Amino acid sequence: MEQLGAAALPVILGVILVFGFFKDVDVFDSFVQGAKEGVSATLHLMPTLIGLILAVSMIRASGLLEMLCHLAGPLARAAGVDPELLPLALLRPVSGSGSSAYALDLLRQFGPDSETGKIASVLSSSTETTFYAITVYFGACGCKKLSYSVPAGLLGDAAALAFSILSVKVFG
Amino acid sequence: MINYIWFGMILASALCALCTGRLGELSTAVMDGAQGAVELSISLLGSMCAWLGVLKIAEKSGLTALLAEGFSPLINWLFPEYRDDQQIKGKMCMNISANFLGLGNAATPLGLAAMEAMQAQNPHKETPTRGMVLFVVINTASLQLLPVNMAAMRSACGSAQPFNILPEIWLTSLAALGAAVAFCKLAESRSRLG
Repeated sequence: MEQLGAAALPVILGVILVFGFFKDVDVFDSFVQGAKEGVSATLHLMPTLIGLILAVSMIRASGLLEMLCHLAGPLARAAGVDPELLPLALLRPVSGSGSSAYALDLLRQFGPDSETGKIASVLSSSTETTFYAITVYFGACGCKKLSYSVPAGLLGDAAALAFSILSVKVFG
Repeated sequence: MINYIWFGMILASALCALCTGRLGELSTAVMDGAQGAVELSISLLGSMCAWLGVLKIAEKSGLTALLAEGFSPLINWLFPEYRDDQQIKGKMCMNISANFLGLGNAATPLGLAAMEAMQAQNPHKETPTRGMVLFVVINTASLQLLPVNMAAMRSACGSAQPFNILPEIWLTSLAALGAAVAFCKLAESRSRLG
C-alpha cells in the first residue's frame, strides 16, 4: 500500500509527459512557460502568507489554545473522549505542521492502535488546514471578501471531529 | 472579512499573552512566524514551478480537457456557472485528482491556477464568485484515497496495521466534505433569493 502511494507521483508525471510528447507538444518549452507563471504566483502569494502565518504563530505562542482546551475539557469528558484530543481539534483548521506534530505526539503517548490514537489519526487526515487554504487561495487571486467560506470550512472541521469520534467508537 | 479575522487573531493573542505573562514568547513568535512564512514560500516556489510547468504540458496536449470530460457530470452539478468552460473545468479536475491521490504539493499550485482562471472572468474582483467559494471550501476538506503520510506516522509509532483506519478516514472525510458542500449550496440558494 505504501509503495502504491510512492508510485503515484512518478506514474502521473510519466503519463503527462508521454502523452504530451506523442501529441507533438513542445514539452520543455511548455514546462518553462508554466514554471514562469509559478514564480510570479508564488511571489504574489508571499505577503499574504507572511501575514497569516505570523498571526497563527502568535496565537500558538500566547497560550490561547491551551486556555480554550481547559475550558472545553469537561465537554470532552462528557462525550467520552480524552481531553488530550482537544488541542488537535483546535489546531487542525489553523496549522498543518502544528497539528501533525501534535498528532504524532498523541500517537507516541497513547499508542497508534489505542482509541485515542485512532481518533487522532482519523481526525488529522480527514480535513485540510482550513484557514491556510482559504487565505492562500483567496490571497493568490486578490479577493478581499471571503463570503461564506469560513463558516463552511469550519462546519466541515466540526463534522470531521464528530465523525472521527463516532466512526472509531463504532468500527474500532 | 479577512480584516476582522486577522485583527481578531492578533488582538486575542496579544490579550491572552498579557494575561498569561507570555509576552516574551509572543514577540519571538512574531519574528519566527514571518521567517517561517518566507521559508515556506521558498519551498513552495520549487513545487509551484514544477507543477505549473507540468500542468502546462497537460493542458497543451489536451489531457486536462479529457479529464474534465470524464468528471463533467460531477463538476457541472457542483459548478453550473462554469459548465461551458473547458479550461477552468480542466484545472479544477487536475487539482481534485491531485488531492485525491494525496499529492498535496501538486494540488495547491493546480488549485491556484484554477482560482486565477475563475478570477479572470469574475466581474467583481474583490468578491469571489459562488464557484470560487465552493472550490476553496472543497479544498479545505480533503478526500484522500490513501493517506500515506498518516500511515507512515502510524507505522513509525509501532502500529500493527497502519492502514486499518482507512474506512474511518474515508467516512469521516466524506462527512466533512458533504457538510461543507451542503452549507455552500444552501448559502448559494439563499443569496439567490435575497
